[in-house]
Amino acid sequence: MSEEVVQPESFAFDAESEAQIEKILKRYPPGKQASAVIPLLYVVQRQMKRVTGSAWVPVKGMDAVAARLGMAPMRVYEVGTFYFMFNMKPIGTYHLQICGTTPCWLRGSDEVLRACKDAAHVSGYGQTSEDGMFTLSEVECMGACVNAPMLCVDDDYYEDLDYESTVKLIEALRRGERPKPGSVIGRQTSAPEGGPLTLTDVPGE
Amino acid sequence: MAKVTVDGIEVEVPNGVSVLQACEAAGKEIPRFCYHERLSVAGNCRMCLVEVEKAPKPIASCAYPVADGMKVFTDSEMVRRGRRGVMEFLLINHPLDCPICDQGGECDLQDQAMAYGLDRSRYMEEKRAVKDKYMGPLVKTIMTRCIQCTRCVRFATEVAGVPELGATNRGENMEIGTYVEKALTTELSGNLIDICPVGALTSRPYAFVSRPWELRKTDSIDVLDATGTNIRVDTRSGEVLRILPRTNDDVNEEWMADRGRFAFDGLKRRRLDRPWIRKNGKLQPASWAEAFAAIAAKLKGVPGEKIGAVAGPLVDAEAALALRDLMAALGSRNLECRTDGAAVDASRRDFYTFNTGIAGIEEADALLIIGANPRIEAPVINARIRKRAVAGGFPIGFVGPRGLDLTYGHDWLGEGGVTLRALAAGTHRFNELLRVAKKPMLILGRGALARADGEAVLAAAWKIAAGNNMLQPEWHGFNLLHHFGGQVAPLDLGFTGGLAVGLEVLWLLGAEPPALPEGAFVIYQGHHGEAAAGRADVILPGAAYTEKDATWVNTEGRVQHGRLAVYPPGEAREDWKILRALSELLGHRLPYDTLDALRAKLAEANPVFAGHGFVPHGCADTSGPTGDPTAVSDAPFALAVTNYWQADPISRASATMAECARVYGAPQARLAAE
Ligand code: SF4
Ligand code: FES
Ligand code: FES
Repeated sequence: MSEEVVQPESFAFDAESEAQIEKILKRYPPGKQASAVIPLLYVVQRQMKRVTGSAWVPVKGMDAVAARLGMAPMRVYEVGTFYFMFNMKPIGTYHLQICGTTPCWLRGSDEVLRACKDAAHVSGYGQTSEDGMFTLSEVECMGACVNAPMLCVDDDYYEDLDYESTVKLIEALRRGERPKPGSVIGRQTSAPEGGPLTLTDVPGE
Repeated sequence: MAKVTVDGIEVEVPNGVSVLQACEAAGKEIPRFCYHERLSVAGNCRMCLVEVEKAPKPIASCAYPVADGMKVFTDSEMVRRGRRGVMEFLLINHPLDCPICDQGGECDLQDQAMAYGLDRSRYMEEKRAVKDKYMGPLVKTIMTRCIQCTRCVRFATEVAGVPELGATNRGENMEIGTYVEKALTTELSGNLIDICPVGALTSRPYAFVSRPWELRKTDSIDVLDATGTNIRVDTRSGEVLRILPRTNDDVNEEWMADRGRFAFDGLKRRRLDRPWIRKNGKLQPASWAEAFAAIAAKLKGVPGEKIGAVAGPLVDAEAALALRDLMAALGSRNLECRTDGAAVDASRRDFYTFNTGIAGIEEADALLIIGANPRIEAPVINARIRKRAVAGGFPIGFVGPRGLDLTYGHDWLGEGGVTLRALAAGTHRFNELLRVAKKPMLILGRGALARADGEAVLAAAWKIAAGNNMLQPEWHGFNLLHHFGGQVAPLDLGFTGGLAVGLEVLWLLGAEPPALPEGAFVIYQGHHGEAAAGRADVILPGAAYTEKDATWVNTEGRVQHGRLAVYPPGEAREDWKILRALSELLGHRLPYDTLDALRAKLAEANPVFAGHGFVPHGCADTSGPTGDPTAVSDAPFALAVTNYWQADPISRASATMAECARVYGAPQARLAAE
């Protein structure tokens, strides 16, 4: 797996990561530090994003996690490669993750996919656009079904999408903007479209 | 205890054992892939399904504990259908390439598919394929065949102590391997081949060599280290094709070290397969009669005290006794076997054996290692130490080079003499841990005795044992770790007289003394000619360990017998027969014509040879060997075996071992690189 990817020669946690690690490790009782492997892999991925612009986990990063947690490197490779959230090879600046699970699919995730292909110029799932801006992935239910269909950009959810709003979102990203996450049709969290339908009459008013 | 009924047979088994073990106790065979009795339970192959009364579904018997009154059915319709289903799924992604697979004929998957599977496949879709992985020069991988039982992962992590194998990715993409390409850094990698239930991990040197039903199997003993691993030598038309371990829970369990397993191609190379005589300064091929005549002519008129004999590290007890008897007949008492200069004291057997016993390690509760690296001197014994260490409550102190990876954590106490003296004086902090232990033990490396103050080191080690509760009437915690399987028998037979100066004739039985007496007439008897054979005046070609019926004594002092698997090459002969034949010519006929007669004499020479195996013993007499424990010099302990792969003449002649040495480098280089 790892041989197709150009791996960095080395990896060391920077000051910001170190601060995060200190906080994370406090959550686990002494001797159980290995439990922090997933949060620490996120630390690696975020640092890569900060430093190189691409959020991924290189082998040396997993080695650094293993060394920090006193684990065999192989045990960290197993975790890192198991979970889909960790990118084992470099990705684009923005990670477009389309939910294709049934609720989103019924509500038009195919349109979101089409919009991503058109606006971000990505040929399909697992691909990165030629300009290196966008990588497209299909993910399973992200728990935002109530506002389906949804697209997750890096760590931000955009919901209630259709073709046009997805295109607009991607163009904004391309301009370097970061539209406010959440429902793009102005829905308040997961309340019904157009405003609340129940508990509208406040007694005594 | 729990009462369990298996197919109507009632058995009583301890609480907490698995249903699978209960079924075995009832004599029922349960098919399995992932379960292995010496590894942790994974429960991931589902082949071991059985039906339990009142349970709605079949259960995986290997991972299910018994309960009192349980009724188990191993051959019901539900079980049969369950197994067939599991087998069908396992075969979905299996290539079914048995005709070109080296596991064919001894494959669990093949056998169990025959016994429990469907007779046809309903699977018409595409199969997945997995890229092969590189795991080093010994293990060949064909990963498409892997059924992901994770036995290899568990073996590497749990037994070998090198957590370098794992399962990466998931689902359909899951693969077993090292992820980053590297040769496994273990001396036990050959066991992966045995433990893999399919043909995913096979032997690289044995690839496409033979089918199991073509092989003749001979039980023998490995002598390339001092563990005394029980082996099976597989041969075809007079050629050793592979060596496998046999199960012996007291010695090697079912493991084997890589050198013993893979060095046998050295048995065919650089062999002495005919007698040689030096004529006009040059070694010339000769006949047996000429060689014997040359020896007889030389010996005529040489007084006994001017003749000496040296036994090498791969010598069997029979040959040693025959040589000793011949020397006695010639009037010589110059017998020696400690060519490495180790100050072994043979005046009492417990001064030079591994008294605790290999299985005894599991009973010990503290360990001190002095000047030995058990990982490369005896990998299988090291696995036993690791097993004990993993069980917990086992402090391990180590005196010797710093920073060794023994595959278990250890407390580095110091490099050499200073620490040893402190331990002997009882003033070291580790003494406290030893003193509170009930069954403490120490392992003294033979290499630690091979120095100028070796006698003092031995005395100091014994003093540590005596002063720290290691020598009890029921427990013997003093252990000497030898390096080769032929080092203890000559000690048992008194090859410790030392060599007088000014010897005129020197008989080397597979021995390579560091220096040979100037001008002496050297007779070299052995199977591989190295420096000493090059210097010899007469060479007598002997038999290697696979080529004779012989008695071997391992580091514990365990007496074991190996059988002849192939005949020695060319004109080479079994060693005791050579000596017996020559004795007749010299007019000192040795009093045995058969192996039985010889073995009877062996038992007379030392009663240990009357028995077989190892008798656990305590220490009745705590008085130590001569030597001044305080005279240990400050010098650090250097490790005796530095190149695991090429430590003996057989492995030095082996191409497989040469490749290993190239890939793994000398251990020191590896240490420096880490
Ligand atoms: S390689 Fe063999 S032992 Fe390892 S998981 Fe695959 S089938 Fe099991
Ligand atoms: S199905 Fe898309 S978020 Fe749940
Ligand atoms: S042997 Fe029981 S699940 Fe594999």
